Amino acid sequence: MGDVAIVDFSGKITLGEGSATLRQTIKDLVGRGHRKILLNLEDVDYIDSSGIGELVGAYTHVRSAAGELKLMSLTKRVKDLIQITRLFTVFDVQADESAAMSAFRAK
Amino acid sequence: MSTPNQRLEVTLDTQLESVDLAENIVTRVAEAAGFGEDDLHKLGMAVREGVINAYNYGNCQDKRKKIHLSLEFEPEMMVVHIVDEGCGFELSEIEDPLAEENLLRTSGRGIFLMKAFMDDLAVRRGPTGGADLVLSKKLPHPVSGNGKS
Repeated sequence: MGDVAIVDFSGKITLGEGSATLRQTIKDLVGRGHRKILLNLEDVDYIDSSGIGELVGAYTHVRSAAGELKLMSLTKRVKDLIQITRLFTVFDVQADESAAMSAFRAK
Repeated sequence: MSTPNQRLEVTLDTQLESVDLAENIVTRVAEAAGFGEDDLHKLGMAVREGVINAYNYGNCQDKRKKIHLSLEFEPEMMVVHIVDEGCGFELSEIEDPLAEENLLRTSGRGIFLMKAFMDDLAVRRGPTGGADLVLSKKLPHPVSGNGKS
């Protein structure tokens, strides 16, 4: 949408399932010049420490390319994980697409 | 299943598929023992992290090695052991993933998550020198002394 690439994930982001897809997707987007990336995790119902690691890796990869990565629509379980791992201090988590777009424009 | 001293032992191959398998086994047994949805999720996550730990760090993805999973019911606790065939480790060696300097690490959160999701986590030395992760969770309906719940 505009200059923001929205990526919809569903299912699990875990070791062996989803993690590699996330990594490759972000790499491809950055490689194609995208610098504003929004991960829609509304349909991600399960994430383990490997998945968390990939999210962090995605964040640092985009940031190292002078870009921004935001998360949106986290389920309660994913939100709780982000909370207890203190990653709410790293990720910009938005409630929905509208809020996320406003957040990108605010920068 | 939730009577004292019952034990289930499973030997898992050191492969990715064992992570899901272990999680499924433990959550199914835990469900039969009366754990609710939230606790089942936490148990599943903790076991998942434990087997990932055994797979990646204990057995170093060596297919020749095994991961030994066991579940045991004590009067008030369900106790899960995840034993690898590596070299073992001490909990004190694990860096704090919540420390500022570690937040952007892409690994190192497994032990922390196990502690967060279980009532107790201990690391002992397994029979062959590997790590024996001991994960304990209080039963939703503790068994009384006469063996009846």
